[in-house]
Amino acid sequence: MSRPRVWTRDLGMGTRFAFGGGREGWIRTLLTGVGVGLGVALLLISTAIPGALTARYERGDARSTMHSDTADAPGPDTLLYARIGQTYQRKDIEGHVLRAEGPHAPLPPGLKKIPGPGELALSPALDRLLKSSEGALLRERLDGPVSEIVGDQGLVGPGELLFYLGSDTLTKNGPDDHRVERITSFGYETDRDTLDPVLMLMVVLTFVALLMPVAVFIATAVRFGGERRDRRLAALRLVGADSRMVRRIAAGEALAGSVVGLVLGTGFFAVGRSLVGSVSLRQRSVFPADLDPAPWLAALVAVAVPAAAVAVTLFALRGVVIEPLGVVRTAKPSRRRIWWRLLLPLVGIGLLLPMGGRGNNHGRFNQWQVSGGVALLLIGITVLLPWLLERFVGKTAGGPVSWQLAVRRLQVDSGGAARLVNGIAVAVAGAIALQMLFAGVEGDYTESTGQDPSRAAVAVLANRASDARVDDLARRIASVQGVTRAVALTSTQAAHGMPAEEDTIQVTVGTCAALGEVATLDSCKEGDAFVLTGPSSTGIYGGTAKPGEELFVGNVRRYASEPDDRPGPVKWQVPAGARTVPAREDPSGALRTGLLVTPSVAPKELGDFPDAKVFVQVDESGPDALDRARNAVFEADPLVTAMTLRHSTQAAGFSSIRTGLFFGAAAVLVLIGGSLFVSQLEQLRERRKLLSSLVAFGTKRSTLSLSVLWQTAVPIVLGLVLAAAVGTSLGAVLMSMAAQPVRIDWPSVLGMTGVGAGVVAAVTLLSLPPLLRMMRPDGLRTE
Amino acid sequence: MTAAPAGSLLAATGLRKAYGSTDALDGAEFSIHAGEVVAVMGPSGSGKSTLLHCLAGIVPPDSGSIVYAGRELTSMNDGERSELRRTEFGFVFQFGQLVPELTCVENVALPLRLTGVKRKEAERTALHWMEQLQVEDLGAKRPGEISGGQGQRVAVARALVTGPRVIFADEPTGALDSLNGELVMQLLTEAARSANAAVVLVTHETRVAAYSDREIVVRDGRSRDMERIV
Amino acid sequence: MSIGHTLLGLLEAGPRHGYDLKRAFDEKFGHDRPLAYGQVYSTMSRLLKNGLVEVDGIESGGGPDRKRYAITDAGITDVETWLSQPEKPDPYLHSTLYTKVVLALLTGRRADELLDTQRAEHLRLMRVLTTRKRKGDLADQLVCDHALFHLEADLRWLELTAARLGRLAEEVRR
Repeated sequence: MSRPRVWTRDLGMGTRFAFGGGREGWIRTLLTGVGVGLGVALLLISTAIPGALTARYERGDARSTMHSDTADAPGPDTLLYARIGQTYQRKDIEGHVLRAEGPHAPLPPGLKKIPGPGELALSPALDRLLKSSEGALLRERLDGPVSEIVGDQGLVGPGELLFYLGSDTLTKNGPDDHRVERITSFGYETDRDTLDPVLMLMVVLTFVALLMPVAVFIATAVRFGGERRDRRLAALRLVGADSRMVRRIAAGEALAGSVVGLVLGTGFFAVGRSLVGSVSLRQRSVFPADLDPAPWLAALVAVAVPAAAVAVTLFALRGVVIEPLGVVRTAKPSRRRIWWRLLLPLVGIGLLLPMGGRGNNHGRFNQWQVSGGVALLLIGITVLLPWLLERFVGKTAGGPVSWQLAVRRLQVDSGGAARLVNGIAVAVAGAIALQMLFAGVEGDYTESTGQDPSRAAVAVLANRASDARVDDLARRIASVQGVTRAVALTSTQAAHGMPAEEDTIQVTVGTCAALGEVATLDSCKEGDAFVLTGPSSTGIYGGTAKPGEELFVGNVRRYASEPDDRPGPVKWQVPAGARTVPAREDPSGALRTGLLVTPSVAPKELGDFPDAKVFVQVDESGPDALDRARNAVFEADPLVTAMTLRHSTQAAGFSSIRTGLFFGAAAVLVLIGGSLFVSQLEQLRERRKLLSSLVAFGTKRSTLSLSVLWQTAVPIVLGLVLAAAVGTSLGAVLMSMAAQPVRIDWPSVLGMTGVGAGVVAAVTLLSLPPLLRMMRPDGLRTE
Repeated sequence: MTAAPAGSLLAATGLRKAYGSTDALDGAEFSIHAGEVVAVMGPSGSGKSTLLHCLAGIVPPDSGSIVYAGRELTSMNDGERSELRRTEFGFVFQFGQLVPELTCVENVALPLRLTGVKRKEAERTALHWMEQLQVEDLGAKRPGEISGGQGQRVAVARALVTGPRVIFADEPTGALDSLNGELVMQLLTEAARSANAAVVLVTHETRVAAYSDREIVVRDGRSRDMERIV
Repeated sequence: MSIGHTLLGLLEAGPRHGYDLKRAFDEKFGHDRPLAYGQVYSTMSRLLKNGLVEVDGIESGGGPDRKRYAITDAGITDVETWLSQPEKPDPYLHSTLYTKVVLALLTGRRADELLDTQRAEHLRLMRVLTTRKRKGDLADQLVCDHALFHLEADLRWLELTAARLGRLAEEVRR
């Protein structure tokens, strides 16, 4: 027979064994399949993610106006455009207001026509939100008729909340009216910047850290049912199969399991893909269609996984002699040597260390060097653990009988035990390193804003509001149900002469109540004025003035390019009775300088104030007050921004990633726990007779149960210790790469090792009922 | 139900035990004196192993009475019976009883270790018994490295190591050839006699039963004491 | 058992008196049935006649019992031939036991009990043989083992017969 035919025949026979072995054969094959399948699904996702990210970016770019062509004057192809992002119930809503100035105005992607005045074009998710009871208050804000639903090509993700509002009142008064833009096209073409190096590091690391245990697990999964298979192979030798044939048959069994795994994995991936559209993680969502693995990568996975399964089996059987009467592990396995085992992680660290500190100054990481280093470090665990376990059980002698039984068992087969635990150790180490990195980077982003939401929940920012309009806005907001207070502050700049000196003076106008938000006032009545002390803030307003001085107020920095259609600066005298008072942080955390004046003594005829703020305090007991206030703001002027004040910025989205990572790693651990359990059962069944006879001569059941516990716990504890050590050092190296101060994230170390310990406990607990069953005297019956 | 013969070390009357719907024991009786070797014979499936398991306190009978040295086994809980098995009884089975990972001397020392004897001392006592069974050279070997006959002798040494008063042997020569079977029986009965231990010997081989002082036959769950009949 | 060949074999170790021969025979082979003097003399005279033994010497004081016999070359060859030839397989029908089992089954009695009783009787003898074996030398062990295996074989045959006939009887009665 030709070689390929021999292979086909033997692999085929192995496949039949994989499926034809009765219930147990099926369970074993299925378990292998699930293990391999999860790995395959992960592989497919990781091959699909680059494409998905690219698709997102492309659509985001297509509707961007950041670098759009602009026009100075209205024309047939111009569109007035402003972003009016909204917040509703802690959700951010992307909003745009549009006004076509001619028949050929550019159309945003995903729209069929520009919405008419007051009309809305909604993303499907926003449409759903508005139609739901949850969106009742938002409906009051976005109350226009819906002209159309934005098509997918105009959305970054399926869960995106987005609207386009048509307008006939939007105007652009001048080039520095920067809220409104006059554009002639959407989108721009750029070479997308490469990812932020730290982000890139995280992405690479996540894949390496998640794929490594999967690879280790696949390698373990194809060895499920090893002892039983050994016996079957021995039987095949007895009826005349030669040693190469049985190896091929064994490979065939593994092949069958991995093919089942491929099918299951594709299924898992398809299910996950269809679910992904309905999942929003911190308001980010992915179109299922975007999650499309590159065909050649998918093909590679489909070929590589079964090939790897066959290779792993053949490799695992290299030290095994399958004789007709049983399987013999080659003589005495040579004592494990340490030097090359240490070499792997050391080379890994050697690859990573030179890249320290590059994350900060936008240096680049060599992706191959990073993944290579991380992979070597993690593989280092799988080669160090068997050595460590051998050393550990080799040295242990004393202890109670249960300990002796377990340790002796491990001495005989430390490799097998280590193999099972390797996956757990690699997963835990990777997860700890990632958690450390995420926690470190997260610390960077979770910073106090200095904002004080107890003084004001919302700061309404308006550009170019006349004082009358600001007062009107404040009154409107104050009348909203649930709003307890709304105070308005407008400010403009002043200078001692024209042209203005370098540090202009900030002049803030407001009622006594409003001024009290920015300064500590002992007393205040209409007609008062104050000079602020306190550190000069950075920015354009650095100067101050003395009472009685004459100043130019208003448009003190006139730009030469500006068309001169706005009122110029006016002369104004600082009231002589102005008292000096200390400045106080306003609710948004800002510290003002310059002058504070009440309206009656404020400079007049200034036109629009360049800056106006309304601080809004709401009754926290009513959950809707905030959104009612926002509604009122939007109704008054959609271009006005309502900023929600918070104590601290949110954890930059990492908390959910970290939670996801934790559960992902926990799932891998549970899966590996499952395989531990299966091999434990197999071993127990094999020892049924022995267990019964041990019980017969009076061994306590607790002794035997404990020995089962030790047998699982010793390798896992060693594995977890090693994993914690490697994980924290990897985490430390990675943090130094990301230019983060190194600090160990104990909760994640303890959490992951805790899950590992939980897996041991669960495996032991689950093994107890079959153990107790097998200790019954039935096992003593002679066959 | 007849009373147990006076002066017996271990005696059972009216033993019944059913596994599911089949009666393994149906009113079996048994008695043995100290230092006596009693063979339990009968065709396979007759209930002789079940009788041994009941007598040794491995399984509790459904009904009936088992008295060992004046104590009623059936009213003991599992812990008490386990302790009895550890300290007063010894066991030899057909095969599969040695822990493959432990060395021979550790296997022999195991019952002592279970009763709390220190490792060194337990292994010293174990070596003494291995000498009696002529397997002292095998101490450092693992069960997988020795022959079946040597393994059985190691098992016999293990059964004797705690100085038990009753040894239960269930087909101890079942997996051995004639020569090794003879050797094991000779060493077992001699060692038991010199230690004044009683031996309950379950076997279907008459030649093995010939090492006993008397035999009882179990048939369909009922026992016949052949000494009283003949 | 061929007494002639056995006595010839004993003579191979060296010349002996007739009386010594009987003693050695009884000791080694005749545990159950000691050899009669007459049988020794008649056998020896037959062997003498056939030239397989010769008279080595006669002790003073005369009498037929004082003769010392030695084996001849022809005698050695004869022993060799005997040892190298297999015995004719004996069907070894244990006719009495067989008759008992068949009779028991035919008359509706339990063959089991007959068997148990017979085994007990066999065991009684086997115990004696086992004890002798344990206390004796190698020759004792060999001889006892032979007897033990035969007795065991009897019992096993009996058990099998009882089981088979029992089933047969059940089928017949049904």
